[in-house]
Amino acid sequence: MENEHVYLQVRDELRMNVNQQPHMATPYGQPQPGYQGYPQPGYGGDHVPSGYPAQYAPYNGPGSAYQQGPPQGTRGPPTSGAPPVSGAQNYSQFGQGENQNGPPPMGAPPQRPPVSQPYTPGAVNLPGPQHPYGQRFGAPPVSMQHMTNQMASMQVGSTAPSPAGPGYAPPSVSQAAVSAPYTTSAPPTFTPPTTATSQPPPTEALAQAPPHSYYGALPPVQQPFQNAVPTFSSAGPTQPQAPPPVSPQSFPQAPPISQPPFSTAQVHPGPTQSYRGPLPSTQSSFPRPPHPTSQPSAFPAGPPPTSIPSQLPGVMQPQPPVSQPSPYHSGPPTTSTGFPPQVGAPPRPSFPGMQGPPMASQGPPMASQGPPMASQGPPMAQANHILPTQPGMPPGPINASLSGPPPQPGMQGYPPQQNGAFGQVRGPQPGYTGPYPGQPNYGAPPAAPASAPAAPKRLDPDSIPSPIQVIEDDKANKGSEPFTTGVRGQAPPLVTTKFQVKDQGNASPRYIRCTAYNMPCNSDMAKQSQVPLAAVIKPLAPLPPDETPPYLVDHGESGPIRCNRCKAYMCPYMQFIEGGRRFQCGFCNCVTEVPPNYFQHLDHTGKRVDCYDRPELSMGSYDFMTTVDYCKNNKFPQPPAFIFLIDVSYNAVKNGTVGIVCQELKTLLDYLPRENPDVESNIRVGFVTYNKVLHFYNVKASLAQPQMMVVSDVADMFVPLLDGFLVSVSESRVVIESLLDQIPEMFADTRETETVFGPVIQAGLEALKAADCAGKLFVFHSSLPIAEAPGKLKNREDKKLVGTDKEKTLFQPQVSFYNTLAKECVAQGCCVDLFLFPNQYVDVATLGVVPTSTGGSIYKYTYFQAPSDQERFLNDLRRDVQKQVGFDAVMRVRTSTGIRATDFFGAFYMSNTTDVELAGLDCDKTVTVEFRHDDKLSEETGALMQCAVLYTSCSGQRRLRIHNMAVNCCSQLADLYRNCETDTIINFFAKYAYRSVLSSPTKNVRDSLVNQCAQILACYRKNCASPSSAGQLILPECMKLLPVYLNCVLKSDVLQPGADVSLDDRAYLRQLVSTMDVAESHVFFYPHLLPLQKLDVESMALPMAVRDSEERLSRGGVYLLENGLNIFLWVGVSAQQELLQNIFGTPAFSQIDPNMTSLPALDNPFSKRLREIIESVRAQRSRYMKLMVVKQEDKLELIFKHFLVEDKSNSGGASYVDFLCHMHKEIRQLLS
Amino acid sequence: MATYQEFIQQNEDRDGVRCSWNLWPSSRLEATRLVVPVSCLYTPLKERPDLPPVQYEPVLCSRANCKAVLNPLCQVDFRAKIWACNFCFQRNSFPPSYAGISEVNQPAELMPQFSTIEYIVQRGPPTPLIFLYVVDTCLEEEDLQALKESLQMSLSLLPPNALVGLITFGRIIQVHELSCEGIAKSFVFRGTKELTPKQIQEMLGLMKPATSGQQGKPLAPHDAAASCRFLQPVEAVDMNLTDLLGELQRDPWPVPQGKRPLRSTGIALSIAIGLLEGTFPNTGARVMLFTGGPPTQGPGMVVGDELKTPIRSWHDIQKDNARHLKKATKYYEALANRAAVNGHSVDIYACALDQTGLLEIKCLSNLTGGHIVMGDSFNTSLFKQTFQRVFSKDYNGEFRMAFGGTLEVKTSRELKVSGAIGPCVSLNTKGPCVSDNEMGVGGTCQWKICSLTPATTLALYFEVVNQHNAPVPQGGRGAIQFVTQYQHSNTQRRIRVTTIARNWADAQSQIQHIESSFDQEASAVLMARLGVFKAESEEGPDVLRWLDRQLIRLFMFHLRRSPFLQVFNNSPDESSYYRHHFVRQDLTQSLIMIQPILYSYSFYGPPEPVLLDSSSILPDRILLMDTFFQLVIYHGETIAQWRKAGYQEMAEYENFKQLLQAPLDDAQEILQTRFPMPRYIDTEHGGSQARFLLSKVNPSQTHNNLYAWGQESGAPILTDDVSLQVFMDHLKKLAVSSSA
Repeated sequence: MENEHVYLQVRDELRMNVNQQPHMATPYGQPQPGYQGYPQPGYGGDHVPSGYPAQYAPYNGPGSAYQQGPPQGTRGPPTSGAPPVSGAQNYSQFGQGENQNGPPPMGAPPQRPPVSQPYTPGAVNLPGPQHPYGQRFGAPPVSMQHMTNQMASMQVGSTAPSPAGPGYAPPSVSQAAVSAPYTTSAPPTFTPPTTATSQPPPTEALAQAPPHSYYGALPPVQQPFQNAVPTFSSAGPTQPQAPPPVSPQSFPQAPPISQPPFSTAQVHPGPTQSYRGPLPSTQSSFPRPPHPTSQPSAFPAGPPPTSIPSQLPGVMQPQPPVSQPSPYHSGPPTTSTGFPPQVGAPPRPSFPGMQGPPMASQGPPMASQGPPMASQGPPMAQANHILPTQPGMPPGPINASLSGPPPQPGMQGYPPQQNGAFGQVRGPQPGYTGPYPGQPNYGAPPAAPASAPAAPKRLDPDSIPSPIQVIEDDKANKGSEPFTTGVRGQAPPLVTTKFQVKDQGNASPRYIRCTAYNMPCNSDMAKQSQVPLAAVIKPLAPLPPDETPPYLVDHGESGPIRCNRCKAYMCPYMQFIEGGRRFQCGFCNCVTEVPPNYFQHLDHTGKRVDCYDRPELSMGSYDFMTTVDYCKNNKFPQPPAFIFLIDVSYNAVKNGTVGIVCQELKTLLDYLPRENPDVESNIRVGFVTYNKVLHFYNVKASLAQPQMMVVSDVADMFVPLLDGFLVSVSESRVVIESLLDQIPEMFADTRETETVFGPVIQAGLEALKAADCAGKLFVFHSSLPIAEAPGKLKNREDKKLVGTDKEKTLFQPQVSFYNTLAKECVAQGCCVDLFLFPNQYVDVATLGVVPTSTGGSIYKYTYFQAPSDQERFLNDLRRDVQKQVGFDAVMRVRTSTGIRATDFFGAFYMSNTTDVELAGLDCDKTVTVEFRHDDKLSEETGALMQCAVLYTSCSGQRRLRIHNMAVNCCSQLADLYRNCETDTIINFFAKYAYRSVLSSPTKNVRDSLVNQCAQILACYRKNCASPSSAGQLILPECMKLLPVYLNCVLKSDVLQPGADVSLDDRAYLRQLVSTMDVAESHVFFYPHLLPLQKLDVESMALPMAVRDSEERLSRGGVYLLENGLNIFLWVGVSAQQELLQNIFGTPAFSQIDPNMTSLPALDNPFSKRLREIIESVRAQRSRYMKLMVVKQEDKLELIFKHFLVEDKSNSGGASYVDFLCHMHKEIRQLLS
Repeated sequence: MATYQEFIQQNEDRDGVRCSWNLWPSSRLEATRLVVPVSCLYTPLKERPDLPPVQYEPVLCSRANCKAVLNPLCQVDFRAKIWACNFCFQRNSFPPSYAGISEVNQPAELMPQFSTIEYIVQRGPPTPLIFLYVVDTCLEEEDLQALKESLQMSLSLLPPNALVGLITFGRIIQVHELSCEGIAKSFVFRGTKELTPKQIQEMLGLMKPATSGQQGKPLAPHDAAASCRFLQPVEAVDMNLTDLLGELQRDPWPVPQGKRPLRSTGIALSIAIGLLEGTFPNTGARVMLFTGGPPTQGPGMVVGDELKTPIRSWHDIQKDNARHLKKATKYYEALANRAAVNGHSVDIYACALDQTGLLEIKCLSNLTGGHIVMGDSFNTSLFKQTFQRVFSKDYNGEFRMAFGGTLEVKTSRELKVSGAIGPCVSLNTKGPCVSDNEMGVGGTCQWKICSLTPATTLALYFEVVNQHNAPVPQGGRGAIQFVTQYQHSNTQRRIRVTTIARNWADAQSQIQHIESSFDQEASAVLMARLGVFKAESEEGPDVLRWLDRQLIRLFMFHLRRSPFLQVFNNSPDESSYYRHHFVRQDLTQSLIMIQPILYSYSFYGPPEPVLLDSSSILPDRILLMDTFFQLVIYHGETIAQWRKAGYQEMAEYENFKQLLQAPLDDAQEILQTRFPMPRYIDTEHGGSQARFLLSKVNPSQTHNNLYAWGQESGAPILTDDVSLQVFMDHLKKLAVSSSA
């Protein structure tokens, strides 16, 4: 908001990344070995407490290191910035900043783990900020690869000196120019670069190599570490000198590692170390300390600045920072004081730094926005603007100082914000620091300060926008007071924030969330920005108890009052005119007579007198009673029916599902959905079992025993009975129970392994047809339907197709039979919910066609084992059966003239271009609607949309659910970017991409996603951000998380599968995501990670979440991770015994049973609270999440790591930092 | 020798054979001139309490195309232990087991009194009888209830080891599995889709579809595991099945206004036959169809489900307006042939006020020897008792039913067999004694009779092939041998052999003898069968014309008026029903059908048979008429008034009470033995039911003739039908004028 942009110094980051990456690698792989070594040396003291802690400490350290990094980052930026001319300018501007940065560098060294502390006393503050930068840079390492080129050039100048220099060497040439600017800032430092330049050539090669390695695979990681370490050591000492050799070495090694980062890292050795320090690498950093010694000398020479320069280009920047630091100190002394501690907790500081830069760069824009932002601004701004640009950036943190020193006009505007931001930022940072065990470590690290300085150059992950930070800020800012929907174009709180909604004329965000709350007025703008215009609609969303459910409006026999032309329903957007005798439609402007029985006088404002008595005139959401005209065949519907179709083939019997389902249904049938809790449900039930033939059951109340009717003519399915098949539970209870008791017995000895599937759905469909009602089928299925029957499938699992152009066929159904069947189901209002219990490939892509076309759900329990999976299945089943659901629904979205709903995503069927037909629509189902301009919108009227869903309620009433939504329209792109919601955009992107894989090669889908995202950001950069160095990554405040989230989408199993992801899983996830609402998609792509060791048993609040990165995990901690589908409990190897005792009832790590699926109910507050938390988390999700206990270093950890989405993934997914750098590169390409 | 009357009676008692001529004309030409062909009625399983079966195999002629059975007519050389076949003159030596044979130690089959003899033979393992109930559930509640009770009752009548199965149908068809405990299980088929036998068997799980090599081959019957689910020994599933029948619901599918219930009779039968075919081919089995209406959907449908479209009438058929008729008939004929091939018979119990499609379905019973019973409702004693009587037992306590019969006919060289009429199908066995000239089911010397009762009687027609002027055949006698192999109800395989011989007579020299050997009754029935057979297979009017031409010299007034040939006033179903029974009943019953018997009861003497004439209808008489299908007791006007006045209750009118009781007792006697149970009607002068009587009697007095109109004697019949008198007058005229 306030700060629209997030600046990132990508280049720096790159550099940083390089360094960090190596470290990263080490942490994961060898961490221990390497670390141990390192820890002992440097951290040893600090971390000493526990071996593992030490490691963690490193992590923390990293944090701190990163913080220090910032300065480096700042440096980096300059480098990058440098290349571009603008950069130079920036620098000039930043000069101060640089100065500030300069200090940081100073600090940076110290900042590194140990340093920070030491610094605290003196330039502690400075270090703090610097560190943050460093960290940011650290993060970038990933990007390093991509960045390398840019970076190279950038860095060359500055970096050259340091190991990076070599790597960048080639770039150096270009950098050279850049360096020039830098030189100005920190000549001394540059000198080293020059040296570097000499070396560069070789380095370059190395540098390049690294990137590749990154892409390649992580495995190398371990090696990297080793290498890294050595390299570091070597490089560390004398970067200039050693660099060449080191870098070479490092590169070779590094490449494998992953990362070229290492190569770069090597380049940066010094900085790298520092980065590493933070992470596992921290240790490495420690080693450096020794180097530092060498460095120190260097440092000493150019004290802070020098050291920085020596370190790398970054160094160069750092220097500026250095100067800045001082500013900071001077400027925000208080802050500085604050910082010291922060220093300990690098993350925050980094932010400030980040913000700072942005401020500078954006100055103007910021200023404009600034004011409003100011209040909130600080934090936001910081996050948003990640100043890749360095110098300036670093200063950023220094904002305070900026305000002071920078004195720039623009700056002033910002300053306040910045200052504020900083303050705030710092606040949050502390928090972060808190979470990270690291801080304490940092304390220790101080010892290494010397080394730290060297390290600073890395890109600090903490310096790039943090989802957690954004979430927390939103909670803090918007969670406290109710969100009223009366104001048009107001973006609601994030899905992660708990808030209350007051319906004042627009639909609650629980029903509708938009990607943009300020739409472009015309299509040119829309095209230019590439921001998708979409709404995510969840028509029957459940509301919390403290919110009023939609009122039911009855307009009598004539039915709901509607616009004559566009048929929009009466809503607050209808303008009454002529004294209330007519109304003008807000959507199409047509004037319609008010029916006499609806007439009401208007008051002096032109509002109807009864406006507030009528929900349809004052509310965003409400229900209409309908007349028989709204019913199929002009006949009021029958109450719906539920039919349970149970696979009783050998597999199903053997894995226990038959018994479980039957047992559960006995009780579950008492909880069928009903509208009035006091009345019995009207829903009738029926039962079918099947293998390769179908068994229908007559459970008529008058029978003493149920009767089974076998239909073997699966080629031509029909329903053998009517009366007695669908019955009321209360009337036939005895017979039904008898049946459910006998089914498992009857098939206990079955030898039948073949199953059919198409006829099963046909059977249910025919039954509903025969009963002339809508309904829902619950199919419990176990295997690929290979028996001779319509819809027979063959096993086509062929992983060789993955990654080829034919990959899309894997997502397409293998026969068209099910599409036809789905169409018939929709026509009848037959919704299909599919529960799968496969032991092998079942072709979810094909089996899922009917569920996903009928508004149904698919549940998949691979390798189902009763003891461990029963709970999950039963809870899903219970919820699925009990949840509110509407049948035979048709949804139509009407909009203002000017835009049009053009595309729809979700589980439904469309027979024309406007009507979304859902055989069943339950409270979890979401439809995403994309809008396109077909004309111009006006800023005055904004854009209106009305979503009308006609459905049959579970009691058989035909109703209309209306949701109205109005958003603003803008003629300035800036307004658009100020009112976007990234979570919703991601929801849209994910659904769009997941659908695209059906028709395009996955790679193209990924590329186009990246491309669109880059265009969005480039457009912003070009049109909304103040001119600045091209090396500066500027993100709109509202979208600062777009890259990280997008990266999560890109590396999801559907778009980038790992080797162990089955085709079924991919198809399953693909279909699953298509119906997710924003909250679900958010947590699905960016899992929620809670550090339990921080859990305050006394408080109701949850500990603040941790970012999804392995480096955030402490070996001494226990973490809870959930993504809407799974819950993991990650236990660090050296978790405190007390913690383990509290949770598992055993103090020994080794005694924890990794197979447990529920925690023991121990009588201690911690255990109770933890289980409460797990329960409450589960309650929030539409599917029950099975708990998996993951012990660190256990085999299962691989799975767990898969969800640490900020890290590089096994499947080749980039880390956040890498991706950010890549994104930056893309943007730059677009801009140039 | 005794009179022909006695001779005929004697032969009938011993062999169950009645010939139209008991002396056979010795040449083809003469035989043709006799109009009534050389033919006979043969009752293969005529009850012979005095004939104990022998426990060994028959001895056969060794000539491959003869294989006649050793019989009393064969010449035997006891010393050489050689016998000469009397049909082909082949000389055969006795088998070793006959080593001890001598003139004083003759095997039974050589003794003249054993011209009919029964052998018990060993042919594979005994197989239990099979009863498969195919039950229509589209019945009124009351009917269904009654039917369920009858079915439950029938379980107690079945032999304990008999296998029983249940198929119910309505809109869909359910094949009930009888072995399972707890949940009643059934396999369901839709009533509109025709399935091949193989598909049916697959769907019922009767064969493993994947088994190669034995592809298409049904599982061997002894594979009980597969079949037993549907066919279970009565003793094992008695309770189960009783419960199942008890819970049988009416077809649950709603029948909209103006529609008939959807009844999938065609598919139900196809499944029943397919099931037996797959499990017990060539084993005695009865499919018993109980239906309460016409098939209305799927293959074999007789009428659509629209009530506004009435079921076909004779009128429609004549106008070629019965759109389903041909298709349905063809369908059921195909089914019938499949059933016949496997030796399974199909009974039809059709109880409904309207037609049930017997016309189309009848072939199932006609070709397989099954019963057809037609009634108004399952809730009538007619059905209940008839059904019970299906399971009646003989003097040995054995069921009066036999299965899987094959009748083979062998003749002397001068004779050839032209065909048979009765509940049989041709086995298409060519042989030297098969005539080219077909009468009835011909072109074969073997027929399959899937189900037999002791009363089952076939009409067999022969052709004399001896050329004119040829000498009277050697030996002077012509011989016919009937060899009937069947499965006795106690599961034994048996062979009954009847060998008859008649003298040849030269028509020119011995015409009087031939005339006197004429069996008027047998001839009447034989000719009537021919008529019915033709009526069934040809257009109505042509048959009557043919009959008139053929029978102009016979007194067949009643036959011509009978429902067998006259379809007026009868629905197609009724005609089918009557004809069905006519072609299978023995001579006595057949005669009753042709010319109903009328007894008169009065105070003037013992009951006496009276002319079937309207003049017999008098006020002070009680009449008892037996038409085979109906039993009518008619109280004359006076008697009715007396009865109404209640005189029979008064002690002083005890005699009147006895008079009233006498016909009841006699009727009861008839009811006891008759199968199917006749419709029993107790009516009186002026009663609406009196029409049954009035329609049968010779309308000697009508509203428009001069005789006795308005007189006291007899009752006038309001009809335009010609009376016997007119018929005779006309006949006389024709006889004189005709040059034939």
